Amino acid sequence: MSGQTPGVETYTPREFHRQAHDALGNPQIRANFRKAMDGLMSKRRDSFDDWDLETLRELGANIRLRALARLPDLLEQLEANCEANGIRVHWAEDGDEACRIVREICESHGARSVIKGKSMVSEEMHLNAHLEEAGIEALESDLGEYLVQLNQQTPSHIIMPAIHLNTDEISEILHDKTGTERTRDVDYMTAAARQQLRERFMAADVGVSGVNFAVAETGTLCLVENEGNGRMTTTVPPVHVAVTGIEKVVEQLRDVPPLYALLTRSATGQHVTTYFNMISSPRKEGEHDGPKEVHLVLVDSGRSRIYQDDELLDTLRCIRCGACMNHCPVYTRVGGHTYGTTYPGPIGSILSPHLMGLEETKDLPTASSLCGACGEVCPVKIPIPDLLVRLRKESVGEGRGNVPGAGIKRTRKEVAAWKGFQWLATHPGAWRSGTAVAGKLRALTPAKLGAWTDYRTAPKPASTTLHALVKRHQASKSHEPNSKSHEEER
Amino acid sequence: MSARNAILKRLRERLDGPLSAPESDFTVATNRGWSEEERLARFERWIGSVHGEVVHVDEARWTEALAGVLADKGVRRLALGKQHPVAAEARSALADADVELVDVDRDIEQWQREQFESVDAGLTSTRGAIAETGSLWLWPTPDEPRLISLVPPLHIAVLDADTLADTFFDVVEGHGWADGMPTNALLISGPSKTADIEQTLAYGVHGPRELVVIVRHAGDSAGISR
Repeated sequence: MSGQTPGVETYTPREFHRQAHDALGNPQIRANFRKAMDGLMSKRRDSFDDWDLETLRELGANIRLRALARLPDLLEQLEANCEANGIRVHWAEDGDEACRIVREICESHGARSVIKGKSMVSEEMHLNAHLEEAGIEALESDLGEYLVQLNQQTPSHIIMPAIHLNTDEISEILHDKTGTERTRDVDYMTAAARQQLRERFMAADVGVSGVNFAVAETGTLCLVENEGNGRMTTTVPPVHVAVTGIEKVVEQLRDVPPLYALLTRSATGQHVTTYFNMISSPRKEGEHDGPKEVHLVLVDSGRSRIYQDDELLDTLRCIRCGACMNHCPVYTRVGGHTYGTTYPGPIGSILSPHLMGLEETKDLPTASSLCGACGEVCPVKIPIPDLLVRLRKESVGEGRGNVPGAGIKRTRKEVAAWKGFQWLATHPGAWRSGTAVAGKLRALTPAKLGAWTDYRTAPKPASTTLHALVKRHQASKSHEPNSKSHEEER
Repeated sequence: MSARNAILKRLRERLDGPLSAPESDFTVATNRGWSEEERLARFERWIGSVHGEVVHVDEARWTEALAGVLADKGVRRLALGKQHPVAAEARSALADADVELVDVDRDIEQWQREQFESVDAGLTSTRGAIAETGSLWLWPTPDEPRLISLVPPLHIAVLDADTLADTFFDVVEGHGWADGMPTNALLISGPSKTADIEQTLAYGVHGPRELVVIVRHAGDSAGISR
């Protein structure tokens, strides 16, 4: 890999707080995300106008749940049907193993150049870096991914990778890295990228793509896209390698249309994408184009661990539309890079702890105000706020311990504080005398209370406790004329 | 243990026990009950909203419409099949026209650069279309390979009005897709596009810049006069 360009930052979930602070102080980032997310929210709302959205979401959740309920059987069925169609199926325990599989396929063909369609799983695996270490160039062909790669960055959104950049910044990147004219003309820039990438499609030895839905019933890989780069990637090079998480399987072909309808509308507010590309086999005898070899790499990477737990299981229903981040007030303000993970926003905060462990990601489940917007818009009804709370519990060792790094945030001080509170709250005498004393000493409350008072004034205990106020109120009421009837009612 | 067996074993020996699979009610994805006119109107509205152009024509005279489109768009080299009636009729109608007909029944390896750089348009048939989303459905064949609808800057698709269905679900179910999928099945809804530069829509990124759908109507169907 080439050296770090000045100004190009690397992000890590460990530094979430510092990165959030930096992003909040960056008016360009805030403006770019605000504008984009506002547009996406209203487009999504309009696109469901004609639909009984709740019934459709119910069906979407139901289809995903059915697929998960039969997951091991469906994976075997998918494998058998793909193999019968001529697609070779590989299994990988983790990202490293998946990278090795893809590299070995490339090496068996003497490949030097790989063209890529958009794939978040390949981002999760760090496939590009792995291939480059082996001397194989991997070039992103989705326009947003291409721009982000030219700028030596990672995607800041799972659907719109370059959403953090504005037109001027993109013009500058294209000018710097590819020598195009500086311009605000989007058509010119798009045409320039088209020209540059067409050469690369023709020259590529292998195409690598993701998968949106893998259909067990027919051994079919479905890809959703607008640009045509996905079709190019899966049709032009002589070898196609699709990488996907094991949870992407659906049972039947008839399960696909409802999920596709939910995906495009939830993601970008489109009633449909330009292309829905369904691949069921490599080039057959007599056909004139398409890859002669198709491979499917099924990646686990922590997914089978999520699968163990009834509550966490819902995480795997996700169809990667990004609606949760589009509607998240935190994501909109801090942007995608701040999370330091492949998957940002609410879905990232409930998925990344399983992929990377809570040691790395302990701040992510708290990167939410629990406003509930993510859960409300999720097309497959994942209870994201509940899962955020569950992961908060896991991080302080109060869950079931089914998440790697569970208990990482547990401190003796906090445990003791809550134990003390529990004792006080269940001993009325001690509670009353304690609150009475606090009320008397209220003048002694410190003005600074750590981070809490960075943007707020310190709270002071009331001079009279609520308990005392209620008592006084009841005493005054008992003198009123109708108080007797109240007594009788009880 | 292989990765495969280890993964499947973990899934089968699930900590919280086996899951029960719910039944699914697909009613919301079907039963639109649109009339032929509604279907056509919806198809045209949706594909038009994403820059697909629609030309209505009586089926007996469709090649005249094709010639008109080719002249309008300045097409000099047209890639097309041979066997499919659409290709065969187009070939005979265009025999004396000022358009070079490019054979596509050749392995891509033999003519990749030619296809990428010197073909102005690709002509394909379609199997049908979807009214709800304004989508064409294509199953490419050796006669009409996959790249013909993708690589040339203009894609001309011929659609018979009576093959329009209401929804994608109706197509999958009604045409028995699950009984045998082709190498590649495609839905195409408009020319290729992107909004990756600050949400500004731009057409013609990696695939065609333009899509023209020639809708053929049987007899003197009402569709034409609309």
